[in-house]
Amino acid sequence: MKSDGPVIEATGLGKKFGSFTAVDNVSFQVKKGEFFGLLGPNGAGKTSVIRMMYGFSPLSSGRMKVFGLDIETGWREIRSRMGVCQQENTLDPDLTVEQNLLVFAGYYRMPRKKAAERTRELLDFFALNHRKNAQVSQLSGGMARRLMLARALINEPGLIILDEPTTGLDPQSRHQVWDKLRDLQARGLTLVLTTHYMEEAASLCHRILIMDHGRILVQGSPEGLISEFAGTSVIEVENPGPDLKGFVEQRGISHEELAGRLIIYTDDLNGLGRVIRQEFCPEKCLFRSGTLEDVFLRLTGRELRE
Amino acid sequence: MKRSDLTFLFLPVWKRNLIVYRRIWKVNFMVPLLEPLFYLAAFGIGLSGLIGDVVYAGQELSYIRFIAPALLATAMMFNAFFETTYASFVRMYYQKTFDAMLATPLSLEEVITAEIVWGATKSMLAAAIILGVISAFGYAAYPWALLVIPLAFLGGMVFGSAGMFFTGITPSIDMFNLPFFLLVTPLFLFSGTFFPVSSLPAWGQYLAQVSPLYHLVELTRLVTMGRMESDPLLSLSYLALFAVFFYFLSIRSMRKRLIK
Repeated sequence: MKSDGPVIEATGLGKKFGSFTAVDNVSFQVKKGEFFGLLGPNGAGKTSVIRMMYGFSPLSSGRMKVFGLDIETGWREIRSRMGVCQQENTLDPDLTVEQNLLVFAGYYRMPRKKAAERTRELLDFFALNHRKNAQVSQLSGGMARRLMLARALINEPGLIILDEPTTGLDPQSRHQVWDKLRDLQARGLTLVLTTHYMEEAASLCHRILIMDHGRILVQGSPEGLISEFAGTSVIEVENPGPDLKGFVEQRGISHEELAGRLIIYTDDLNGLGRVIRQEFCPEKCLFRSGTLEDVFLRLTGRELRE
Repeated sequence: MKRSDLTFLFLPVWKRNLIVYRRIWKVNFMVPLLEPLFYLAAFGIGLSGLIGDVVYAGQELSYIRFIAPALLATAMMFNAFFETTYASFVRMYYQKTFDAMLATPLSLEEVITAEIVWGATKSMLAAAIILGVISAFGYAAYPWALLVIPLAFLGGMVFGSAGMFFTGITPSIDMFNLPFFLLVTPLFLFSGTFFPVSSLPAWGQYLAQVSPLYHLVELTRLVTMGRMESDPLLSLSYLALFAVFFYFLSIRSMRKRLIK
């Protein structure tokens, strides 16, 4: 593998289940040391892409290379150098916290002494040492999630895949997981993340790919996507009058109309913002920065998926 | 299935099951220790007075002596079949253990092989304990009786592979009732276990030849008391072929089930 080559190189990925196309012609690259976010509503095809990344799902078309190796022939070496933190809790409930790590190390043919050492390090790093003899079922959601992360790191991977690592966690646990992930990134690990929390993706990821219905919608840095698709500022007007609607439509100002609410996207908070504040604010107006969530909702729409 | 898909990496998965087994080894030992005693008591004290002796392979045997090897063989069947149906299904479906394993360098073939070999290992452990019980009553002739252990491994591979095949196709855990009551129970009753196959009508005798348990019971009688009615090489070959056939079938059904 060339040292400057991408860690992940997906070219024209396709995945079909019978006549249903889950992933359609998806191409992207992830560079070494990058924190890469894969976003999309439920059923967008994120998990399918992730499963193709670690060679769990065979590709229907296209090509997936990880560490410069083709997943179809080099899956065993690829998996030995990556860690996967799955969406569901796949910890082994028949084993203790410590045994979960030790037994997993065996799947990587790690020598016993090395495995014990690595297990100790990871229990320390994830603050699980005091619970090492506990049953997995006795762990809180946050602890179980940390153990999932620890287990994904047992083989000292160069790449780690995180499928919704903070779903269902309380804010304290979530922040703790974020700190650990930033720490890992600082140590040079390449990370791929899927999440439904846009704020999480915006603060952690260098680059983001948003997909829907199996296709890529956009790729870019969080800041770049916000300024391109949401504008730096957002004005939310409650119960807007017809005059305001007429005003934004006439001037071609980027906006979205919802039930009882008008959302205006703009880079010109001073000029436009002042006009709206003075002339069109019947009840409540909210002035705030554009966020990744605005981008996401604008691109993927607001209707429910399931 | 490519040849490179199955390596000795199945051993750490087998070891995982051993670690779990050892944690409650007392419970795991109790069943094979006590169950044969119940059978020997019920049949030896209760039934044998009614039945008297049994003619098997041209020799008169007390009834309890006749069924003692069958207890070994049926335990080989139940231990492996139970392990790769209910126990494997729980690991696969409820505990997502296989999903976690398939994100490591393990292949599907290695995971499934480890489960089947583990089932055979449990057959072997149970057979060893029951052999001890039966030996205490003097129903096993040594040193040949020690061959029960490798025979239990073969029997475990036969029924472990068949069980894993059902795990690959069963829609839910409740559906295991079907193979248990419609296949395993008739095998348990009609495979020369509690009465000699020679007392069945001709068609019944032919049917018994198809039963892998029949051949396993026969071979167990051979190694524990030096007599059997079937041809030992034929029985061994039948069991080996049965195991190989269902092994590949189980890999196929699990691949279809797990890989999406």
